[in-house]
Amino acid sequence: MAHELRGSAAIVGIGLTEFGELPGKNHLEVLAEASHYALADAGLGMQDVDGLFVSSMGRVFHPLHAAEYLGIQPSHIDGTNVGGSSFVNCVQSAAMAIRTGVCNVALIAYGSTSRSNRKRKFREGNPNAGAFHASEYQPRNPIISYAFAAARHMHEYGTTRENLAQVAVSTRQWAMKNPAAEMRDPLSIEDVLGARMICDPLTLFDCCLVSDAGAAIVMVSAERAKDFPQKPAYLLGIGSATTHDQIAQMPDLTVTPAAQSGPRAFAMAGLTPADIDVAEFYDAFTINTILFLEDLGFCKKGEGGAFVGDGNIGPGGSLPVNTNGGGLSCVHPGMYGMFVTIEAVEQLRGQCGERQIEGANIALANGNGGVLSSQVTAIYGSEAAL
Amino acid sequence: MTDTNAGPFAGPGPEQHFREGLEAGEYRLQFCDDCSKNIYYPRAVCNHCGSPNSSWRIASGKGTIYSTSVERTKPEAGGDKNIALIDLEEGGRLMSRVVDMEPSDVTIGMAVEAFIGEIDGTKLILFRAA
Repeated sequence: MAHELRGSAAIVGIGLTEFGELPGKNHLEVLAEASHYALADAGLGMQDVDGLFVSSMGRVFHPLHAAEYLGIQPSHIDGTNVGGSSFVNCVQSAAMAIRTGVCNVALIAYGSTSRSNRKRKFREGNPNAGAFHASEYQPRNPIISYAFAAARHMHEYGTTRENLAQVAVSTRQWAMKNPAAEMRDPLSIEDVLGARMICDPLTLFDCCLVSDAGAAIVMVSAERAKDFPQKPAYLLGIGSATTHDQIAQMPDLTVTPAAQSGPRAFAMAGLTPADIDVAEFYDAFTINTILFLEDLGFCKKGEGGAFVGDGNIGPGGSLPVNTNGGGLSCVHPGMYGMFVTIEAVEQLRGQCGERQIEGANIALANGNGGVLSSQVTAIYGSEAAL
Repeated sequence: MTDTNAGPFAGPGPEQHFREGLEAGEYRLQFCDDCSKNIYYPRAVCNHCGSPNSSWRIASGKGTIYSTSVERTKPEAGGDKNIALIDLEEGGRLMSRVVDMEPSDVTIGMAVEAFIGEIDGTKLILFRAA
């Protein structure tokens, strides 16, 4: 039988810029020019692109910067760097993405000014390179970006510093039930408000930990899953979204891409927020939890502060959130995305001891990337939820 | 294939034109010829509609604070500093710093005006109270 991908996708547009030396251009200008030609060749416009595949020798968040630069908000984004073969690797990823319906129009793009860079102050390999990166202002990122979002949420919706502090307190209450959590001492609202101010309005306890840690997961097909010793956590739905790279380019500081990734995941799963037994969010800062509660539909926009203020997310609350203690109190090794998944799986297996949510069959894990730039929402279920 | 020697992508890119403006004492803004919006920051294609056609104008320099924070820093390390997001009168938003006032006195909605300043030898747009 033929492979599922055989004959399943085709290249319909190609674009090339001039070669040699392109004086006065940066790498994203070259990438955008080639993209424009390829889309024109295909009779398509930039806004038709919903899958973006890029790879860079330089910045870690290049896929986000490229999407921001092109002015698109793709539902699938891939920036895997395996060296020069990355763009062939992208073809395979794009074919799979198209086959599975997570995107319809895939743009694979690259731009470089390697020759001109030899004469330049701004180099693409330097994270402080030109291409309009706000790092010129030497912001204390990522904290400052989340501080801007918190300040704006307070301004628009009357969210208070006490509401933010309650996120830290509820999350700590979960951590106190997790022997593996780093921070297990009791924490009060006063402790959070009285801690050292880092970037107004965020104090030390509004910010996640900085840890050393590793994590990994293994996935197999659903047909094989039952042959393994552990109770499977089935992927019921998943959705990805991105709206920007740099915080100044975020369309609305009070609405994250989770407002897109959440509905995509729920639609795939055929579920609603009311079906979720336990939720794990990437809580790099306390404002994250409030934003994700709203954007994923657990409460209305602007009501996240009051929702956490009522104690809903802590032990005994209506929606258990970050039952391991989160990035705020359990662990945060630079990038925390693996840990939302692992806690969701452990809850579905029923292995969480004192913090176990009784009868948890459906768990949501929301990963955050950049400065609220990328959100990927996954919904997992036990066999009973299939 | 397209002829790349002529057309909207010919010559130096928009970043160089913007930076040359700063050196010449001009805050240059790029507007899309097709959808008329301010392309901010300047790009090879419009981030609103994908068009490669654009024209330049000098900014009014008028802006409004969209969000603001204070980076709390020990006095020996330079002291507290304001950092803010500013909405330009012409549309578009940037990160910058509001200077020449108490960092914590900068508030959301406050009117500010741009000037060309310098951080570590790089010319860039800074703001003061209007």
